[in-house]
Amino acid sequence: MSGGNAMEKTYPVTVIVNGTPMTALVPARLTLADFLRNEAELTGTHVGCEHGVCGACTVRVDGRTVRGCLTLAVQCDGAEVETIEGATEDGRIKDLQDAFIERNALQCGFCTPGFLMAADELLNDNPSPTREEIREHLSGNYCRCTGYQAIVEAVEMTAARRRGEAQ
Amino acid sequence: MSDRPGISVLDRPNSYIGRTVERPNARRLVQGRGAFVDDMKLPRMVHLAFCRSPYAHAEVVSIDKAEAEALPGVIRVVTMEDLKDIMTPWVGVLDHLKGIKSAEQWPLANGKVHWQGEPVAAVVATSRAIAEDAADLVMVEYNELPPVTDMMTALDPETPVIHKELGDNLCFERNVDEGDVDKAFAEAAFVAEETMRFNRHTGVTMEPRAIICDYNPADEVLTLHMAVQCPHMSKNLYAKHLGLDENKVRVICKDVGGSFGIKIHTYSDEMAAGAITVLLGRPVKFVADRLESFVTDIHARDHVVKARMAFNAEGEITALDMDDVTGIGPYSVYPRTSGIEANQVVNLTGGPYKHRNYRCRARVVFLNKNVMCQYRGVGHPIAVAIAEHLIDRGAVALGLDPVEIRHRNFIPDDAYPYTAPSGAIYERQSHHQCLDKLVEMMDYKGLRAEQAALREKGIYRGIGFVSLVEVTNPSPAFYGVGGARIASQDGCTIRLDPTGGITCITGVTEQGQGTETIVAQIAASAVGVSMDNVRVITGDTDVVPYGGGTWASRGAGIGGEAALQAGKELRKNILKVAATILQSDPEALDIRDGAIIDADTGTERMPLSELGRIAYFRGDTLPHDVQPELVVTRHFVSRGFPFVFTNAAHACHVEVDIETGMVKLLKYWVVEDCGTVINPLLVEEQTRGGVVQGLGPALFEECLYSDEGQLQNGSMADYLVPMAAEMPDIVVGHVETPTATSELGAKGVGEAGTAGAPGAVMNAINDALGSFNVSLADMPFTPEKVLRALGKV
Ligand code: FES
Ligand code: FES
Repeated sequence: MSGGNAMEKTYPVTVIVNGTPMTALVPARLTLADFLRNEAELTGTHVGCEHGVCGACTVRVDGRTVRGCLTLAVQCDGAEVETIEGATEDGRIKDLQDAFIERNALQCGFCTPGFLMAADELLNDNPSPTREEIREHLSGNYCRCTGYQAIVEAVEMTAARRRGEAQ
Repeated sequence: MSDRPGISVLDRPNSYIGRTVERPNARRLVQGRGAFVDDMKLPRMVHLAFCRSPYAHAEVVSIDKAEAEALPGVIRVVTMEDLKDIMTPWVGVLDHLKGIKSAEQWPLANGKVHWQGEPVAAVVATSRAIAEDAADLVMVEYNELPPVTDMMTALDPETPVIHKELGDNLCFERNVDEGDVDKAFAEAAFVAEETMRFNRHTGVTMEPRAIICDYNPADEVLTLHMAVQCPHMSKNLYAKHLGLDENKVRVICKDVGGSFGIKIHTYSDEMAAGAITVLLGRPVKFVADRLESFVTDIHARDHVVKARMAFNAEGEITALDMDDVTGIGPYSVYPRTSGIEANQVVNLTGGPYKHRNYRCRARVVFLNKNVMCQYRGVGHPIAVAIAEHLIDRGAVALGLDPVEIRHRNFIPDDAYPYTAPSGAIYERQSHHQCLDKLVEMMDYKGLRAEQAALREKGIYRGIGFVSLVEVTNPSPAFYGVGGARIASQDGCTIRLDPTGGITCITGVTEQGQGTETIVAQIAASAVGVSMDNVRVITGDTDVVPYGGGTWASRGAGIGGEAALQAGKELRKNILKVAATILQSDPEALDIRDGAIIDADTGTERMPLSELGRIAYFRGDTLPHDVQPELVVTRHFVSRGFPFVFTNAAHACHVEVDIETGMVKLLKYWVVEDCGTVINPLLVEEQTRGGVVQGLGPALFEECLYSDEGQLQNGSMADYLVPMAAEMPDIVVGHVETPTATSELGAKGVGEAGTAGAPGAVMNAINDALGSFNVSLADMPFTPEKVLRALGKV
């Protein structure tokens, strides 16, 4: 859902999107995912279910991942929001992105930004996750194309490389 | 040139065929820079939301749109009355499915609704939120009718007929009776018999269906930006039913967030969007939300099959006899029909085996549920599970190992080409080799020893096998002969650019399976340039050669062969020009890594960029009789066999907790034979993804309907799909039996995983519970069903 009707009350919010403050008037019901996609025109955050299950809309708010479809834009007034575009620009996840490509851990790529954001968080919290821990952590993200194994292996590979172990 | 006898273009130096290379389109997707339909905005674009029927079967008494139209931001509320003059209805039948029938279908309810979720009115508004708000304000009065929701009684005389004009609820029936089935059963040493259920499930593409329709009344051009598998098919259908000039309909398909057969059919809401852009003369966007997807994206399967298999004392199958009922929706889906799946079940059940006595009746019946149609694997999961379940039962009864009984029954290697009793023709299959390799890969002996040891400790592990055949590379026999304008041929244009790079423009499409990559690999190899210098363009009907797109695992086999032939021809043309410039003989030259070389010594003579410069900008320096033709198009249609069959062997290893009924997937193995492997990693990942899409419906996925025809779990929270934590590692091995129907020799691979997995996991569960003398054959195998089979609930 995005954009209210002409009569709907709107609220001013300032959200720091990928480091740049952005001010907009938004209806109370506008989700962060729709705010990012339609107001900020950052379409890398995808919407797969709009009810908090699939993880395609995963973004970072003040350093922790959230579901963009369950978070309201008005809740993010003053918050630092990072999307896949921001994480890419930052360069922090380049190795993870490269591993996804190398391992073909994406097919259609619709779920991929969400997986990358979730995997980034995992690797920050736990530099040496086991395969089971990776599978467990990524269970909030759905992928219908890959069957998950390639994604698990790309994350595992990145963790090993970050630890300096050749893979 | 290097096409000397004995050296195929596939073996040229620096060939990319058979190599894992990076997918050129992956980088934008990992950076969130893909271009999915919903990412796009057009000037003056409006949004569509639908008021949908809450009932499975009802008359529409009245529609009051006043309140909805009064909401600020609403542009118009559209009902069928508004569209009748600009659209024609469609009927989902094909000539070659004898006797198939269906009713006329319109984009919006035409006086009656036939399933919960059928669109009744469309709201056009300046934002999707407003359109959704207004859709709730459309007041529809219904007169409920009794719904038909049980496929087993749909044909009973006392069951109401959904479409009076059709006379009954039978959509399609096919019968095969080959050999002497009754005699074989009368003489059998053992007969395995089972009633099997294949649950209704759905695709859940991560990107929901999405379309932007943009009609420009000034030049009468309709542009459709859509997430779709077959752009040319859509072009034809929109033109046909909107009365437009087909040449002025353009379909553009960029990134697609998963398809699996969902994004290949005619959907009422998408057709309504096409009509509404014509009505309004401005772009209209419709993106299904997830709840709409569950009640409108085609559903899959929904079969009840009663089957029996006769064996002689040696464990040879002597006959197979079955009766399949499929419950579809209120319509056969247009234009591919909802009869094809049952037809596949008839064609393919028992496909790997040599028995000659075969009887099958398949009936497809209308129900007041969402429509059912072709989904990844079309009919195969059913065909495979039936035969593989029964053969395992035979093995147990006759004291044979499941591997041994399969070997005893495979069509002998020297019998190919082979015509099965169903009429299916196999060029060549490698069942023995695949199963041998599978057994070796999985350490079968070790697993059996472990199984026995753990059984002592009360741990129940099981191993399930399946062997299968799969339809790929379809010829016109699939749809074309039935009158549908669905191309089975495909084309590829390859152009040498002045820079020395090549651009490939192909009719096959990309949904993430890697089509663009394999086309680039083939073209680069055939022409002689490096992958970095290849661009692939897909998905725009104004640009690409006419083609069928993605269906029936045809991208590599059909589209790949067209690319190969175009590339070879372009190389010839380039060498002709090179020979003129270098005053040499084309035969003495070759192209390698973007340069003209001496074929014998490999010495570089001229980079392609130089040839491009001369050909495109200094034609004046070439002799008068030399006209460089540096763009070549070639098409390919598979002939000789109606389909090119692949084959595979799967094994699944599970542990069943007999206290909780939980099935844990421990590991999965596949050996597939898709002919020439173009990119091993892509083949493996297609296989893994396919397997998981087969494991899902076997264990969790099910569209649960009430007797009233209400979908009871139509959200992602309620409909369970496989998650990372519960899926096993999947080991993939290859056997390569190239098809002789093309030079490339590639067959399809996208669906074989899905075809085999449900049967394999079923057999593994039954193997685990063998000592309890139970037989589970009612998918999905939920903990409750397992416990019920064990008599614990
Ligand atoms: S779109 Fe937010 S979790 Fe699915
Ligand atoms: S790659 Fe398609 S959903 Fe994950």
